[in-house]
Parts: sequence; C-alpha cells; structure tokens
Amino acid sequence: MRSFEFHRATSLGEALSLLAVPGSHPLAGGTTIIDLMKLGVESPAALVDIGSLPLGGIELTGDVLRIGALASNSAVAADPIVRSAFPVISEALLSGASGQIRNAASMGGNLLQRTRCAFFRSHDWPCNKREADSGCPAQEGANAHHAVLGTSERCLAVNPSDLAVALLALDAVVGIRSRETTREVPLADFYRLPGITPHVETVMRPGELITHIDVPKSRVGPKSTYLKLRGRASYEFASASVAAAVRCEEGLVAEVAVALGGLGTVPWRDRQAEALLLGQPLNDETIAVFCRALLAPARPTEANRYKLDLARGAIHRTLMRSASC
Amino acid sequence: MDSSRPTARIAVIVNGKPATIVVDVRRTLLDLLREDLLLTGTKKGCDHGQCGACTVLVGGRRVLSCLKLAASAEGQSVTTIEGVAHPDELHPLQQAFIRHDALQCGYCTAGQIMSALEVVADSAITTREQVREQMSGNLCRCGAYNGIVDAIMDVKAQLNTGAHAVL
Repeated sequence: MRSFEFHRATSLGEALSLLAVPGSHPLAGGTTIIDLMKLGVESPAALVDIGSLPLGGIELTGDVLRIGALASNSAVAADPIVRSAFPVISEALLSGASGQIRNAASMGGNLLQRTRCAFFRSHDWPCNKREADSGCPAQEGANAHHAVLGTSERCLAVNPSDLAVALLALDAVVGIRSRETTREVPLADFYRLPGITPHVETVMRPGELITHIDVPKSRVGPKSTYLKLRGRASYEFASASVAAAVRCEEGLVAEVAVALGGLGTVPWRDRQAEALLLGQPLNDETIAVFCRALLAPARPTEANRYKLDLARGAIHRTLMRSASC
Repeated sequence: MDSSRPTARIAVIVNGKPATIVVDVRRTLLDLLREDLLLTGTKKGCDHGQCGACTVLVGGRRVLSCLKLAASAEGQSVTTIEGVAHPDELHPLQQAFIRHDALQCGYCTAGQIMSALEVVADSAITTREQVREQMSGNLCRCGAYNGIVDAIMDVKAQLNTGAHAVL
C-alpha cells in the first residue's frame, strides 16, 4: 500500500476543510477503500477519518426518514422504522456482504463502493475507469458478470450496490456537503452513465462528502421488497436483483416502482416503462409488456445475455407476489 | 521506524488491557494485533475481506480486522480469540466447537468463533438456515460447516435453557 497522510476529523467542519485538499479521501468503515488501496487501485494522498463524526442517526421527521451517512449497514437494516416503512432497504442491506462487513460499512460508503469488475481491480489489465483512455478488456474478454444496461464502448462495469437499487425505487435523496456548498441530489441523478468518462461515477465533486440520505414516506414503501439472484446463496454480488414497490386499487396498479441491480452500469429504473403498468391488472401479459420496455435498451454480450432472463424472472416473481395488494 | 513514513499514535483496549502504540498509518488492525501485540490467534487468510479468518470484535461487534486501519481504532475496545475464554475454562462456544468437530485444520476457527459470538447473542437468529446465512462471511475450506452450525445451535439452546431456568 502506498503511504498517505492520516487525519482524524473531530468535527464536520474540520473534515470538510481536510477533504478540500486535493487528493484527500474520506475514511468511514473502510471496507472498500482499504481493500482497493491494498490492490493499488486507489492511492489517496490523505485519508480523513470521519468515523467519530455525529452522522450516524436514523430519524423520522414528518414524512421523511433521514439516515445519517455514517449509520452502519447493520444498524439501518435492523431499524424498526426502516423495517416497517421501507422493508426493501432492510432486505437489500441484509442481502449484501457479510455480517462483519455490514457492521463496519457506512451508508455513504455503500453508495460510493466501487465496481467488482475484475479488470478494474487488477493492475495486470488496462481499465478506462481506473486510468482514463487505457482501454476496456471486458468488451471482448470475460464479461459474463458485466452490465447489459447503460454500457458504453469504454466500460461494461456493473454498479455493485444493493442499497442504491432499493433507494432508487423509493425516490431517495442524497445530502451532500462541501466546505462551501450544501446540496441535495435525487438518487436517480446521483450516478453517471460511463459514456466516454467511465472514471466519473457519480455527481460528487472533489471535496464533497455525503452527510445523509432522505427517504420520503410513501403508501407503497411498506409493501416494498427486494429479490437478489446470485451465483451462490449468500455473500455474493447480484447477477440480477429487483427492488419493487407496488400498490393496487380494485385490482389495478395505482402506483409502481421497479429498480434493477446487477444489470446496469448504474442502478436502473425506467418511469416510462412503469407507466405501462398503471391502471393495468398484474398478470403475466402486462408484466411481460413492462419487461420488454424496461429491458429494450439492453446491449448484452453472448456471455451475459442470461442476465435478461434472470431479470425477467425476478420481476415476474416480485410483482406477482405483490399482486394481491 | 522510518521517520519519513507517516505514523499515528493510538490508544486501544485489547482484551481488556489498554495499549498505546505508534503505528505506520498503513498498518491494519490485523497486523497490529499479530505483529505488534503478538496476538497471533487472529489469522490472516485472504487479507481482502473475503474469508472472515481475521474477524475480531470492535466495540462488541464483529468486524474484519484486515479491512480496518489500526489508526482508525483510536479509543476503541478490541476483543480477539485470546480474550474469549475464562482463565480456567474455555468459552461455551469453544467447547461446543470441540464437541461438534466444527474444525479440521483449524485455520478459520478463531474467525468462526469471533463471528459466532455475535450470532449466538442475537436472539432474532433462531434457525439453522438463519445461522448459515449469518455465518456466510466465514469460509472454511475443510468444509466443517455442518459442525459449525451444530455448535452454534447447541450454544443457543444452552442459552435458552439458562434463560428458562432463571425464569
């Protein structure tokens, strides 16, 4: 691991000042950054330990649940309000990583975790995400685990977060601070498609820190659910996953949100496709129409075409399970 | 220590004993325990958070010591496998691992037990399936998984019996 300066921030103001220095990187649970520093994929000039800042709260204020960026994945998954008002968040968190990692990993860190693309994680290969314009071996090489949605000629890497998929279905908003600015970004606008700049993964600017995640209460939230399909039963990233929330009135869909994980370079959702379900009954035919629209932009390779079948199956199963709503 | 390398002074409590130590900021908690404090019961398996062999308790919660910088453990309380047994008697979980043949080579065992301590204490985890899911971050290449789940379920049953006896 390359050496770095280590700073322990004692206040948010101090942390933001330290993070304003180019090359600085926040350290929370460390479960992503320490791994990538050992691999030489990340080599920050300075780490700013934000672990003792008071950003770990989980509070319901009016109709919004505010989750502090430093709340652990375990604490959020076990929170009674999260479990009753937004079960999809709890289920997504519990489907991710292991008990040890969930205890350490923060909510902000979960949203900013890096892709598991083997080319990205290994210096033996070029990677446009790791080093701009160096190439993307996944285009022609082993890409069975790579993305089918939102891809570009420069990058096929999948966004690995289960949490982000759940939050996308719930219209969550990410609170971001820097020394000078405070802003709130809907999760739907938080991640950036790779395009020709795969090294730019989110709208976060240098010096910014996630402080919280706001989740608006909704009528569909309590019925939300997460289904994750993967190569082994536990402790594995998604091959395909679905976060779904649906509410019917008199047997017809009144509200619906479906987000996909494991398939996209970013967590994937299509409101125009969802509109096809509104006012319809949930059955094999209407769900098939929805899936066709949702997956129409997919550009699978020979090796990862199976993900489309997984996604269709997971969507059918998740929505049909909710059909009695 | 090479003065050109950034260091950090940290105060931690390991198995109940306070320690103050100056470490290279790159030191992981795992290497601090093994190399500086000579507590070699905690094992290094993959060193990348994939195997669970390095599991310890920090602040009473199981974490991977290979993915935690020692410098970020300032002021925290760490429990390793060396701090689990009572002076004259193995911890009930250690006894159960022996009773149920929950190991062969033993390399993963310290991590398994540190992880299982949290699973045993969590009353919401009641079934074998839940135990398997909750222990999925601890790999055992000898394949002693059935014995490990047996041992954990055994200790859970002992705890339940104890609780009823108190009632």
